Amino acid sequence: MIVGITARAAGTDAPVEQRFGRAPYFVFVDTETGKAESIENPLVDAAGGVGPRAVQMFSEHGATVVITGQVGGNAAKALEAGGIKAYAYRGSGSVADALAEYSAGNLQPLSLA
Amino acid sequence: MKITIASGKGGTGKSTVAANLACTLALSREVALVDCDVEEPNLHLFFPAAAVDVPVTTPVPEIDLARCTFCGECGKFCRFGALSVLKDRVLVFPELCHSCGGCSLVCPQGAVGEVPRTVGRVACSCPLPSLTLISGVLNEGEVQAPAVIRAAKLLAQGHPLTLYDASPGIACPVIETLEGSDVCVLVTESTPFGLHDLRLAAEVAEGVGIPAGVVINRSDGQDEATLDFCRERGLPVLMTIPFSREIAAVQNRGGLICRDLPGWEERFAALFEAVVKIAGVSP
Repeated sequence: MIVGITARAAGTDAPVEQRFGRAPYFVFVDTETGKAESIENPLVDAAGGVGPRAVQMFSEHGATVVITGQVGGNAAKALEAGGIKAYAYRGSGSVADALAEYSAGNLQPLSLA
Repeated sequence: MKITIASGKGGTGKSTVAANLACTLALSREVALVDCDVEEPNLHLFFPAAAVDVPVTTPVPEIDLARCTFCGECGKFCRFGALSVLKDRVLVFPELCHSCGGCSLVCPQGAVGEVPRTVGRVACSCPLPSLTLISGVLNEGEVQAPAVIRAAKLLAQGHPLTLYDASPGIACPVIETLEGSDVCVLVTESTPFGLHDLRLAAEVAEGVGIPAGVVINRSDGQDEATLDFCRERGLPVLMTIPFSREIAAVQNRGGLICRDLPGWEERFAALFEAVVKIAGVSP
């Protein structure tokens, strides 16, 4: 399973970013192999509509779970349609910390309604 | 002749000038008054009359799922996020679409068609025998103000004399309103805010190559900074409306000073003569 986490920098040691579509980086972690891939988000300074475009990037990377702070309405709609589950991480830890919390079942699903 | 009334700053009196100018001119000729402030049109408040509505539509993408391979090109192309391509479906967010048509062009499968979507309407009425009022109305939550402005201006085509009342600001809706105008009247007030935005609006008019003049509204007689600016930029001051309780009272009940206060019909007629002069075209 591939989990996508919004981050302020590349790598699993980077702090988690609370914003979804405007996060500077997306870190995709394959939970089976432990391999992580970091993507610089080209939408950071985009004018608008970043939510649905970010969801398309998550979908392209095969992510089925997203960990982030909060998502907007259009992103929520796209995540739901794409069958991607979103979980809230509101701590100040790293990508690895958020992933550990998720694996331990401590993260609440974000309401996509 | 086409005259745009603009300002930069909001609340300076664009609609007051436009409504009084139109009302005065309608005494002697056919006039079309177009409310291009489509996010909050209000000229109809000066001219109550039954209106006929014409819907305004813009094209938005529709995906032909028989052809779509979910390659994602359209979603990557759209800078407004109106398309989100997922594994087995394409989500269209029509309210984010700016109708550029790019998704349709980049699709390698020819799977992106276009369907019309209503974003607003144009209300047409005849409040006075020689006055046609055409008001653009953008639906709440929509972003495509220029499309509604274009439609309103199109419905005024063919009128020999047309006044366009612009929205405040200097962004796309104002540029769309100015397009094709012969002359621009910039309404300002003698405050630091009025002058700051007059400067911006004057630059826009100059940038699009439309001659402009200035109307100073709510003047307390101390207009030196504005007058200096107009002199520097070679902008003629076409009219000065004083800060007056009498004028405010007429305005506040939706009245027209050219109709309700003596001397103002003549002043607006003189404003028109001055505008014609700087436009350099015959009215």
